Amino acid sequence: MNCSSRQFDMVCRIAGRFVCCLARTNLLLVSACLFAPRTATAESTFAPVVHRVQPQMVKIYGAGGARGLEAYQSGFVISPEGHILTVWSYVLDTEFITAVLDDGRRFQAELVGADPRVEIAVLKVDAEDLPHFNLDDAVDLAAGARVLAFSNLFNVAVGDEAASVLHGNVAGRTRLAARRGAFESAYDGPAYVLDAMTNNPGAGGGALTDRRGNLAGLVGKELRNKLDNTWLNYAIPISELQYSVEQIISGELRPRSAEPDVRRPAAPVTLALLGIVLIPDVLAKTPPYVDHVVASSPAEEAGLQPDDMILFVNDRLAGSASEFKEALTFIDRIDEVRLLVQRGQMLIETSLFVPDE
Amino acid sequence: MKRLIERFTPGLVALLLLGLPGVGSANDVPEQVLAAQRARTEAIARAVASAISVFSADGNGGGSGVVISPDGYALSNFHVTSPVGQYMQCSMSDGKLYDAVIVGLDPTGDVALIKLCGRDDFPVAVMADSNDVRPGDWCFAVGNPFLLATDFQPTVTYGIVSGVHRYQFPAGTILEYADCIQTDASINPGNSGGPLFNAAGELIGINGRGSFEKRGRVNVGLGYAISINQIKNFMGHLRSGRIVDHATLGATVSADQDGRIVVSNILESSDAYRRGLRYGDDVIRFGGRQIGSVNGFKNVLGIYPRGWRVPLTILRDGKEHDLLVRLSGVHAREKLIELVQKQAAQDRKQPKPNAPGEDPEKGPKKQPSEPGQEPEGEPDPPNSPHSSKTPLIPAEIAKLIEEKTGYANFYFNQQNLERVWNGCRSDGDFRNVTGTWTLKGQAADAAAVVFQLGAVESVATVPAGRSTVVAGTDFSEQLGPAGSGGLLAALHIWRKVLIEGPHKIGDAYYLGTQPLRGREGLYDVVVVTYDVVELHLSFEPGSGRLVAVEMFPEVGKDPCETYFDDYRDVNGLRLPHRAVVWHGDVMFAEIEFAEFDLAPAKEET
Repeated sequence: MNCSSRQFDMVCRIAGRFVCCLARTNLLLVSACLFAPRTATAESTFAPVVHRVQPQMVKIYGAGGARGLEAYQSGFVISPEGHILTVWSYVLDTEFITAVLDDGRRFQAELVGADPRVEIAVLKVDAEDLPHFNLDDAVDLAAGARVLAFSNLFNVAVGDEAASVLHGNVAGRTRLAARRGAFESAYDGPAYVLDAMTNNPGAGGGALTDRRGNLAGLVGKELRNKLDNTWLNYAIPISELQYSVEQIISGELRPRSAEPDVRRPAAPVTLALLGIVLIPDVLAKTPPYVDHVVASSPAEEAGLQPDDMILFVNDRLAGSASEFKEALTFIDRIDEVRLLVQRGQMLIETSLFVPDE
Repeated sequence: MKRLIERFTPGLVALLLLGLPGVGSANDVPEQVLAAQRARTEAIARAVASAISVFSADGNGGGSGVVISPDGYALSNFHVTSPVGQYMQCSMSDGKLYDAVIVGLDPTGDVALIKLCGRDDFPVAVMADSNDVRPGDWCFAVGNPFLLATDFQPTVTYGIVSGVHRYQFPAGTILEYADCIQTDASINPGNSGGPLFNAAGELIGINGRGSFEKRGRVNVGLGYAISINQIKNFMGHLRSGRIVDHATLGATVSADQDGRIVVSNILESSDAYRRGLRYGDDVIRFGGRQIGSVNGFKNVLGIYPRGWRVPLTILRDGKEHDLLVRLSGVHAREKLIELVQKQAAQDRKQPKPNAPGEDPEKGPKKQPSEPGQEPEGEPDPPNSPHSSKTPLIPAEIAKLIEEKTGYANFYFNQQNLERVWNGCRSDGDFRNVTGTWTLKGQAADAAAVVFQLGAVESVATVPAGRSTVVAGTDFSEQLGPAGSGGLLAALHIWRKVLIEGPHKIGDAYYLGTQPLRGREGLYDVVVVTYDVVELHLSFEPGSGRLVAVEMFPEVGKDPCETYFDDYRDVNGLRLPHRAVVWHGDVMFAEIEFAEFDLAPAKEET
């Protein structure tokens, strides 16, 4: 990622937090006075809150199906016109993503875009006036906050059956990076660590809310500590991913080929020039895995390795081998090729230059 | 700025409120919170008192349960009692250990009814209406996870209801969880069979299953409880001492591309077919519930015992039709017994704190074993302390156990048969009127009808003609009067049953409880097989009065249903002065009896 974009990203995030802080301070004042005496009645049941949140939940079906690789995950509606936020995963590695709304309606969903850095993807279904969460209204939570986690874990619900809801507390807000080496996750930013078993198969993409049903986070994927076989339950705060969502929806993370009036250079970069050999492209959406790196090539010089998976090319998503090759056709040989690759659970940024002839 | 003021206003109001008397300072806990806390601890205390921990007499396995009647009837899981056998010991939080015996089993629904002995004032759980349970409601499980309750004090785990009306496929075995309650209250191995309570401490379900996968057999936030409403439907059957079967419609449904639930297959021999259900019909409502998915349909099917009649509404050619369909059994009788025996043999090989059933979609799997627990599927070496030995049963308890094929405990069937028959006797002792019975009356159109019911031959004279039945010849072939489906044969056997009692007629057993056409509530049912036909006799709860006789001439044919009413005294015997007779969907007759002549014992040698 280049410097300016990261700085902009930071500024946006800081600005977002500042606004949130203001709102929170205000809210805290009010809540300290108002809510305490009402606690007893307010929490006699979460049923009305659950009832209100569930229509916004989405069941997502796609690739997978092998043991340990469930072909389903969760998501939630974030716009009345059918944008759905979910986690970026292998389930979306297919042309046919199905989204089932709470009322049982089934849609073939379009992948609008993804940001593997925060492990999110945005889907879109062709519907209107959907009950939805507004990301602008998302709340920040402190340790100890009561939370509800909505998801279709274990694919318990099908059709018009309501998503599951679990309850718990925020155990802490910390960076997942602190656990690198134990819990390997591509996402290393701030996360809510939860004391409830929210991150089960298929729960990724679920909604974390406060006890009133206000959106607070996106339930992450399953995360296992290889050293002691323990599992971490976490959610990514909405404030950490809202900027990415906006970028995806505005089209900034789309493959360039999806834009109508972009010129291709006369002499573009090719895989051969870079010294990258991908695994055979046999599927409709073969993930762009590096099979082989040619000796003394720009790829070797940049430190690429076999089994690296290419995620981004010059800040544009490369969702498949063919999209990656297509993306290269928009880059002139004289320009830098910036790649974001996933190696194991690590994200690595690197730059390649084609040497002058 | 205006916005800011608005935002602050509620806070200011609240600050003012804080100054009012009655609202404590910041250090005081508000009274409502204290009240909620008190209510919670009281509910838990009540609930804990009724919970039991189940231990097998030989130390091989165990689980949890809950007492539901002062005389000691208690619920648990089939998969808890299956490896334990007919005799077990149960601890309660009073610190005592009680002997218990198996009463009835519902293997498909994973329910076992047991009876604790030694008291008639057991603390009991109050049952709620589990249809009122909503996702988000607080709930708690009480039980014996990891068989921790060696001090007899059960474990309480609090959570919320995560989902209702869940359908969980049979998990490699016969256990099917239909219409169950999903909770995030911690359900672990050993919790099986234990109660799930609502926040008020009322029983809403029996815990028995969890979703597990790669994390070992410990709770991962998804436990499932059999709804107490389902168990209420099966309760009469469970008390019968039988191995109880679940039901099928005789038809399958699937969702079409428009999301309609349509009949995709139907057996022509099924009652559903005879009631008019056809391939392609759109299922709208079933058992009073709107049907929007195949799971929703299976949920309804899963809560009823075989033989129950359930209303079904279908849409065909834009018109709704209401049917009342009698459900048939899922398993052939022998098959069910075989499955239960197989399960028991398998369970005895897997001694452990009994584990909640596996997640259905995942099938059998290897999992990390629990500390102190053997890996799954490891058979016992011969003569290990775990292999099944017949435990020593106290003599008093042994009296409550009677083995018979097809029964969990035949003792309880006989007890109920006796109870029902004694109740019916309050309408009179017919043992001395063994001569011919002559019943004269008129049908709805004032036409005269006469039934002469004898020991060997019976004759019916109705406007349409005369018909007879003769004992010793195939009753399924003598179904007069025409159109009744066998009213005369039914009355012939009815007389015989009243005189001799069900025990002496042929094979008789207590079925359990069932609803009746057009009536509220559930009725005790005794099944009598005579000649080749089967009679279902229904008795009113409370009065014990015989109110219906349904005669099934053979499988795949509609019974003749006779509903008795207007009991009045005739020479010291109370007899029904009205009989309404149905065959299939048609009311055959409504008969008012004006004259009964019950001849006393005659000079037959």
